[in-house]
Amino acid sequence: MRAVIFVLLCCSPWGASSTWAVIETYEFSSPDLERRYHALSQELRCPKCQNQNIADSNAPIARDLRVVLYEQLQAGASDDEILAFMVARYGEFVRYRPGMDRNTVLLWAAPGLLLVLGAMGLFAHFRQRSSQVHAALTDSEKSEIERLLQEPRA
Amino acid sequence: MQAKKFIPLLAFVVLAGLLFRGLSIDPSELPAARLGQPFPEFSQPELSTGREVSVEALAVRPALVNVWATWCYSCRVEHPYLIALAQQGVPIYGLNYKDDSAKAREWLTQLGDPYQLNIADVEGSVGLDLGVYGAPETYVLDADGVIAHRHVGVLSEEVFQRDFSPWFSLGASLSEIHGEVGVE
Repeated sequence: MRAVIFVLLCCSPWGASSTWAVIETYEFSSPDLERRYHALSQELRCPKCQNQNIADSNAPIARDLRVVLYEQLQAGASDDEILAFMVARYGEFVRYRPGMDRNTVLLWAAPGLLLVLGAMGLFAHFRQRSSQVHAALTDSEKSEIERLLQEPRA
Repeated sequence: MQAKKFIPLLAFVVLAGLLFRGLSIDPSELPAARLGQPFPEFSQPELSTGREVSVEALAVRPALVNVWATWCYSCRVEHPYLIALAQQGVPIYGLNYKDDSAKAREWLTQLGDPYQLNIADVEGSVGLDLGVYGAPETYVLDADGVIAHRHVGVLSEEVFQRDFSPWFSLGASLSEIHGEVGVE
């Protein structure tokens, strides 16, 4: 049984590594550049295959962007310069962490807004529950209960 | 207290409205980052003549810049309409994007050439500067050489009448010519 589970795990996407990076070889002049290459290629989004970053995508446009990224890193461009270059061509869409502007303000504010809304809902719910008064039974209700309890069971 | 009962209904209506709106939005269509900017500088060979051309070569304006390639099936679908537009006097510049230039020349010989000239962008560098992410794409270059509009996907008469009319006023409907070309 264990062996079966092991085999299944190996076949399932969860068994494998979560990043299916494309295999390409680039020679970096320093380990720091290589680290920045990996960080940036995971932050940049492929314009064609929209839910993949350019590190994961096999689309030709993603390959082109990786080449540009590599060349710019080797030429000594800063992270900000590279991101600005990409955004100038493909818009804020190309970043998984877009800058704050008129179009993205809702995106950035949404988690906070939802948290506040949820907290308000919970607060209202518990306040309402604790304020519910358990009214005492009237005399006629009490005698009705007595009567029902003493009824012979069918 | 009565009003409270309607909160779920209200929430449902708002959500349904948002989702319904979402149905008519195409998420694969990106806003063009280059709108309102001049066409990027370039220096590339022209497809047929091989001479170097730069942005100055795109002199007849307003004009269309059509991104195409022989590997792009939709471009074949779009091609007859581009020919019809060219016959109506709409200047069209081609950006032959990441293509085999020999195949592209063959395509123009076989299917007709609606282009004033073609930028042979074999490496895709002009496309990259323009923010192209696929083919076909069609840009409007206005009278000042500024990118005024982008259409992603096949250009058709319906799209042209709807989105391109501010820059190009065509008198008669194109459907007659379009039909003629379609027979070929």
